[in-house]
Amino acid sequence: MILDEELFKRKANLSSIDKMFRTLSQRVWPSRTVVVRQKHTLPDLPYDYNALEPVISAEIMQLHHQKHHQTYVNSLNQAEEKFMEAKEKNDLKTMIALTPQLRFNGGGHINHSILWQNYFPKGGEPEGDLLKAIDANFGSFDTMKNGLSSSAVSLQGSGWTWLGYNKSTNSLAIATCANQDPLEPTTGLVPLLGIDVWEHAYYLQYKSVRADYVKNIFKIINWKDVADRLATARQ
Amino acid sequence: MAFELPALPYAFNALEPHIDAKTMEIHHGKHHNAYVTNLNNADLMANISKYPAAIRNNGGGHWNHSLFWQIMGPNGGGEPKGELALAINGAFGSFDNFKKEFANAGATRFGSGWAWLSVDANKNLFKGTPILGMDVWEHAYYLHYQNRRPDYIAAFWSVVNWEEVNNRFKKAIGG
Repeated sequence: MILDEELFKRKANLSSIDKMFRTLSQRVWPSRTVVVRQKHTLPDLPYDYNALEPVISAEIMQLHHQKHHQTYVNSLNQAEEKFMEAKEKNDLKTMIALTPQLRFNGGGHINHSILWQNYFPKGGEPEGDLLKAIDANFGSFDTMKNGLSSSAVSLQGSGWTWLGYNKSTNSLAIATCANQDPLEPTTGLVPLLGIDVWEHAYYLQYKSVRADYVKNIFKIINWKDVADRLATARQ
Repeated sequence: MAFELPALPYAFNALEPHIDAKTMEIHHGKHHNAYVTNLNNADLMANISKYPAAIRNNGGGHWNHSLFWQIMGPNGGGEPKGELALAINGAFGSFDNFKKEFANAGATRFGSGWAWLSVDANKNLFKGTPILGMDVWEHAYYLHYQNRRPDYIAAFWSVVNWEEVNNRFKKAIGG
């Protein structure tokens, strides 16, 4: 029996498809355990490639999404595939050797999936509980912006600067991660807002002047998304 | 890359009678000059990693790029010759295999960084004094190659100035 798993998933609810596969596989091969592995897929952008102009060019958005993020997704799927094979053979050495690739590509997938939601063409300002939290932790929105900006500008090499949430102290914090290290697994902070300072995020448009890119990014932040992430983290 | 003694913006006797010419001459030409000479001899760059981040990052960036401009050139490409070629063949089996491994090192570097070929005083390649470097920070290739780092790496071979690399090799092995 040949079923196009990917095709189904694109059109239907994932968990019910998963159940269907398991049930079907048990009927066809009742003695065989079939592991239905869901591959990661590139999420769609919630806006057109040119929607963030003039802050971020359509060219950058397209490359960033279709090339960079897609590569993380593909490489993550490959790394997971190899990891599962190694696990089935009880090959611990290979599993361990694969962890940098999982971290790098998995982190890249996590980070960019958040990033696309963090942007909003019309921009705005934080309000409500989010603004209260910002004021409580930083004194003012401007102070927070300055802190986040200087962190982003001074980050050496490739990485991300984050506004994150500390669950145990119910507070906001600014943190940086190198390369594609994902914030939560690395620091425990829940990611609310990310600034990607890998050169691919801005170079075609801003060249070496990262400071201009960071300054402009605040014009297109989706503060509602940031607020939603905070609310979810606080549940 | 050396620090230089800056020239005085006036003659030695210009501050007389408050400060005499002889003092100015010795103070500048001997004392200050000695600081410059000793600073250069301290070879900061060789130990740049030991300094705090701002110095390490920028000092390292300065050192790395200074080498980078020199080992590239308009009439680049071709192959290394002489002792360097022998050393490469010895360590990698062949020049082609060296290129493959060097390219792979650059291509698989996560995030920002460099691929290096280095040699020690015993002519062992791998560790020691860098003689060839390839920048794989995105700024080194993004305008022309975008995300296609392997294409940049393939093109890099056409600009390598093997004569310069050879000169650095000879200097590193004490030649």
